[in-house]
Amino acid sequence: MIQVNHLNKSFGDHHVLKDVSASFEKGRVNLIIGASGSGKSVLTKSLVGLHEIDSGEILYNGRNICTMNQYELRDQRKEIGMLFQGSALFDSMTVEQNVMFPLTMFSNMTRKEMLDRVNFCLDRVNLEGRNNLFPAECSGGMQKRIAIARAIAMKPQYLFCDEPNSGLDPQTSILIDSLIKEITLEYNITTIVITHDMNSVIEIGDHINFIYEGKNLWQGTSKTIIQTDVQEVVDFVFASQFMKDIREQLK
Amino acid sequence: MKLISQIGKYFLMLWMIFSKPEKMRVFWKKTLEEINLIGVKSLPIVALMSIFMGAVIALQTASNMDSPWLPEYTIGYITRSSTILEFSPTIISLILAGKVGSNISSEIGMMRVTEQIDALEIMGVNSLTYLVLPKISAAMFFFPVLIIFSMGLSIFGGWLALILSDLSSTDTYIFGLRSFFRASDITYALSKTVVFGFLIVSIASFYGYYTRGGAIDVGRSSTQAVVSSSVAILLANFLMTQMFLLK
Repeated sequence: MIQVNHLNKSFGDHHVLKDVSASFEKGRVNLIIGASGSGKSVLTKSLVGLHEIDSGEILYNGRNICTMNQYELRDQRKEIGMLFQGSALFDSMTVEQNVMFPLTMFSNMTRKEMLDRVNFCLDRVNLEGRNNLFPAECSGGMQKRIAIARAIAMKPQYLFCDEPNSGLDPQTSILIDSLIKEITLEYNITTIVITHDMNSVIEIGDHINFIYEGKNLWQGTSKTIIQTDVQEVVDFVFASQFMKDIREQLK
Repeated sequence: MKLISQIGKYFLMLWMIFSKPEKMRVFWKKTLEEINLIGVKSLPIVALMSIFMGAVIALQTASNMDSPWLPEYTIGYITRSSTILEFSPTIISLILAGKVGSNISSEIGMMRVTEQIDALEIMGVNSLTYLVLPKISAAMFFFPVLIIFSMGLSIFGGWLALILSDLSSTDTYIFGLRSFFRASDITYALSKTVVFGFLIVSIASFYGYYTRGGAIDVGRSSTQAVVSSSVAILLANFLMTQMFLLK
């Protein structure tokens, strides 16, 4: 699990994260939601050590990554898989090479073992036989699935997903969501998903953190979010009349 | 103040680049790929530039040989000296700063803005060592090869121009080439090239790696990389000439 205590982060005079505390449990999908510019991405990048924080602590199974040196941090990161908003696939490499990349860098597997693992991961995301395509030849949804395959290749303990549904059609979004949920349960890992997608909030949100103006304003589940009366949460999640009507029905 | 901070950041980057690569096998493979990309693929432009450069030096020298006291073999001597000491190492390096420098800067810059570098870091890869060290090694190893190739072609270009214009004979030209030859000139030229190769790749990587923003910023970084590496080459050339030739 990941525990965040009193996290603060500023960029110049702009105080982005204000005393954020949260807990991300193992074996469930933890969502971070909030409006654009509320600090979600900064929080996630701080969690994986891409941003240096001003104060507070980030504990991975009790180990504070903020006090680690760069070598310890690199070792810790080998347990992390991350799905970036834009997929961040290496465009000079084929699908197979992308998924194989972490194995090439950090495992002592033979080429055949690596290839077996790559094929297993590609099968897992329903992309069998697409080994020799380049990312530019794949659709947005396929790119996200390749990125998931790459993220799980090393059997990570933690999976971070930065807006996995952005730019995808509703059907593909549901596919990606269910894939994230299945992988979380299958590998019993700690998954953290940043999302704007209300369908994801309802469908896969085992635990939800609502970030508002840099603060962790509300925490709950996909069930309690429907019941909440915290106005900022209601305004964000049930912004449209359609969603308000659904909320009333569900209540 | 900003310049000092940039220079400090550059040296910090260099310190991070020279770490042990995660896997030596991957490092060697990438170095070979880079030799092909930034070295072998630069051969056509280097060949073209060198032949014409040598031809123009020879023709200009021949056209300025007004005094009867100047022997005809001076054309070969000047062509060789100019080519080896200055034109091949410095001018070709400036051309490579444009071609290779902009390529490296935009490649790494694009990787930065599309979060590919973040992806490397998240995987636990030292992105600087993985991306930049093979490029630096390839440039420092292969740029001298390119320059030797350029020297040969420039001298050939000079000969071709003189023969086609009927301004000198082959024997006289070769006699000029061999006159007052110092092997240390070659060492000096190749040493310069190694330094220039390092400067081109490290400066271009610096601008690419610290690109922030989008496509416009990648273009801006690329331009800055070419300008800065060209200035660095000229400065290093001046300093090394002082150090080696006027000691």
